[in-house]
Amino acid sequence: MATYGSNDLRVGVKIILNGDPYTVVESDFVKPGKGQAFTRARVRNLKTGRTIEQTFKSTETHEGADVEDRDMEYLYTDGENWTFMDTTTFEQLDASATAMADTVKWLKGNEKCIVTLWNGVPLQVTPPNFAELKITQTDPGLRGDTATGGTKPATLETGAVVKVPLYMEEGEILKIDTRTGEYVSRVKA
Amino acid sequence: MNLTALKERASLYQQVRVFFARRNVLEVETPALSQAGNTDPFIDSFSANTAEGLRWLHTSPEYPMKRLLAAGCGDIYQLCKVWRRDERGSRHNPEFTMLEWYRLGISYQQLMQEVADLLHTLVPHLQKAPRFFTYRDLFLETLAIDPHVAGEAELAACAHAQGININGVMPAQGWRDLLLTHCVEPQFPSDQLTFVYHYPASQSALAKVEQSEGQWVAQRFEVYLGGLELGNGYQEQTDAAQNRRILEQDAAARGNDIPVDERFLAALETGLPECAGVAIGIDRVLMCRMQVDDIKQVIPFTWEVA
Repeated sequence: MATYGSNDLRVGVKIILNGDPYTVVESDFVKPGKGQAFTRARVRNLKTGRTIEQTFKSTETHEGADVEDRDMEYLYTDGENWTFMDTTTFEQLDASATAMADTVKWLKGNEKCIVTLWNGVPLQVTPPNFAELKITQTDPGLRGDTATGGTKPATLETGAVVKVPLYMEEGEILKIDTRTGEYVSRVKA
Repeated sequence: MNLTALKERASLYQQVRVFFARRNVLEVETPALSQAGNTDPFIDSFSANTAEGLRWLHTSPEYPMKRLLAAGCGDIYQLCKVWRRDERGSRHNPEFTMLEWYRLGISYQQLMQEVADLLHTLVPHLQKAPRFFTYRDLFLETLAIDPHVAGEAELAACAHAQGININGVMPAQGWRDLLLTHCVEPQFPSDQLTFVYHYPASQSALAKVEQSEGQWVAQRFEVYLGGLELGNGYQEQTDAAQNRRILEQDAAARGNDIPVDERFLAALETGLPECAGVAIGIDRVLMCRMQVDDIKQVIPFTWEVA
């Protein structure tokens, strides 16, 4: 894998920092008139998603992180691993529960996801921006409340619990924004 | 390409030339490609292969200008391109324009005043009088730490307490540089020049040193507008042996990859007159004049597209 000098830490470069893969979000070169130069950067941890400010000495070298994003289709889970397939090469890969994190809430099968691989192993799985899922359980709505107003929790076929308008009923399909976990609209069956 | 920036640059050069013509300072030119290079351990030169062997592109015209001073040319200035490897960012371009000048028989305090006069001419929206601080007072005021007394561990602890994430070890001066760039400089007001003087003696480069409040400090200053460093000035070290010591020590620190400029040192043996000198980054002055925050906005074709 490539190594980078501090001066090569351009936006988008991926390196290993304190054992974790990071991507450079922002970087600038700082140097006092006579003295040590630094690269002052903002870097995002690809495992946790957290962004931190990090300063590098100009003389440091950094190990590149072998990270790539692949478009893959979700196939099935055995409860421990979630299996994805590259639809062009038919290669299959298993993602762990840690890599899946909250993404499991939005998958029932055949969704096109972005699987982020680190050294060939799934590190993170990004679901499609929108999911369409059926309500399996929710309390009956209040009669006549069809317009604005309150919400109630509803359990979806994947086990996810989201807030829905009071008039939604069991068996209905709704559209969810997976980035916020919020109800978007009702889907006509 | 930004036509406004081109016009501002042209008019700024004209003002510089008028400023020095009125003060009887002679414009000079010295070679950009030399047989010896800058030995400063934190500045890297570009080199070029020639039929007569390797030559280095100057990182400032300091050595040949001092040869002129030693030869008796009197007050001089130079406006020229200089090159520094790997210095690239929102405030750096590896090829940039420098204004350097030397005044005989004046102190660095007087030179600070002249620098302020020039910068107020070139950046007309500056209204307030400049501020002057010693290096120590700035650290005491901003970080409650005495930079001359605090050791490596104390400086590192201070940096970490300020929330700076950095890995590995550095000598005390590395931590001072870090605190200066990350914590001190950002506090400088953006509508007023700030002069910083009395750097630690280890940072004297080719400036004289003096004793102040029980510490050896360099008779060296830097000038800033906001957190943007514009220039670096010295009470020039006239002692030939001291100049040689600094150059040889620096050359050794960088593994003797660049030959010490023996012609410069020989000129000093013949006698450098007492003088003060300063180098100003002209692209940055242009940034201040146009009130823009990226050097790309004032250079027509930056390194990436040169």
